[in-house]
Amino acid sequence: MTPTEYEYLRKFLRDHSGLDLSADKQYLIESRLLPLARKANLSGIGELVQKLQGGSSALVTSVVEAMTTNETFFFRDKVPFDHFRDTIMPEVIKARAGRRSVRIWCAAGSTGQEPYSLAMSLKEMGAALTGWRVEIIATDLSQEVLEKAKAGIYSQFEVQRGLPIQMLMKYFKQTGETWQVNPELRAMIQHRQLNLLHDFAQLGTFDVIFCRNVLIYFDQDTKINIFNRLARQIEGDGFLVLGAAETVVGLTDTFKPLPERRGLYKPNDPRAAKPAVAGAVPSRIAVMAGR
Amino acid sequence: MKTCLVVDDSSVVRKIARRILEGLEFEVTEAEDGSKALEICQRKLPDAVLLDWNMPVMDGFEFMGHMRRLPGGDQPKVVFCTTENNVAHIAQALSGGANEYIMKPFDKDIIADKFAEVGLIPVGQAMV
Repeated sequence: MTPTEYEYLRKFLRDHSGLDLSADKQYLIESRLLPLARKANLSGIGELVQKLQGGSSALVTSVVEAMTTNETFFFRDKVPFDHFRDTIMPEVIKARAGRRSVRIWCAAGSTGQEPYSLAMSLKEMGAALTGWRVEIIATDLSQEVLEKAKAGIYSQFEVQRGLPIQMLMKYFKQTGETWQVNPELRAMIQHRQLNLLHDFAQLGTFDVIFCRNVLIYFDQDTKINIFNRLARQIEGDGFLVLGAAETVVGLTDTFKPLPERRGLYKPNDPRAAKPAVAGAVPSRIAVMAGR
Repeated sequence: MKTCLVVDDSSVVRKIARRILEGLEFEVTEAEDGSKALEICQRKLPDAVLLDWNMPVMDGFEFMGHMRRLPGGDQPKVVFCTTENNVAHIAQALSGGANEYIMKPFDKDIIADKFAEVGLIPVGQAMV
């Protein structure tokens, strides 16, 4: 790949997905886009770039999808799911005891391991949630990835990453060499295609937002923009969960980290927010009043 | 240093498992069947057993039954590691006292994940 081609792809990805690659991510581009080029019967990255410059819209989608898809496994990093069980849900159960409903958004749902992990965690809470309305909305940029998430079918290799064997036995059905998530669990999740760069106000407000390992790919201004818009979709006492390498600190004061709970954030008191963020407040109140 | 007994009739599998487990800072001993593994356990119980199912002389499931009845035999974490990948075998292993279950083929990530799952290594280590 020539430096000119790399620069073209960097700018292309920034414009189309907000993905912000540093100057040394050639290997990432090659590992993700070479297979795609081969599949499209192109000789390599060079010809792929030519096609993109020629305006092939089918390729635009596949290139963005190939570059933004992440490796994911069940209960990834474990700690956020411990927080979910031990900190987030006990508080939500107390705070929502009146209306007995909880809305959760997986903003980078990918191939489904994260939303299914949350669904299993909720099931494991048993009686504490009996009679509750539980909504999990899993969104991802890639249609291909969403299809896999929706099907809930995983290889033997995938079900052995992060998933305790008891959970595999309890929540999956074996079909040949693959394992499929039980219908009951699948019914807990709505899958929708969504680009975080676009408006997501139509999703409504959430008690919990998992937005892990996706913002790392965005530049600073995009991150700030997304945080500010996430703040409008989260209940005043809700929780935001970020990936291990991500933080709001130094970017926005719409959220504040929870002490001793790595990766966990709460919305700040709206009155404490900077004027630039103040626009978020009326719309949140409007949504809540409309419920 | 924690100890792990690797029980498998394939010397190649034992060698691969040893390399992975030593990377996770285990002191590894090996046995080629359940009977030899039991002799080792009667002398000193390991912290962990990585256990194949189908082996000559004594299979993994029978070995686990004997080992669990030894004084202190409820302590070691038993992680099956076998080509038997059906629900019936997994259920049998779990009800017989296994702590985790790996379906072959395996790699370092799977072993690290499963060992972290049963508390043999810290969670962070599994992520490396």
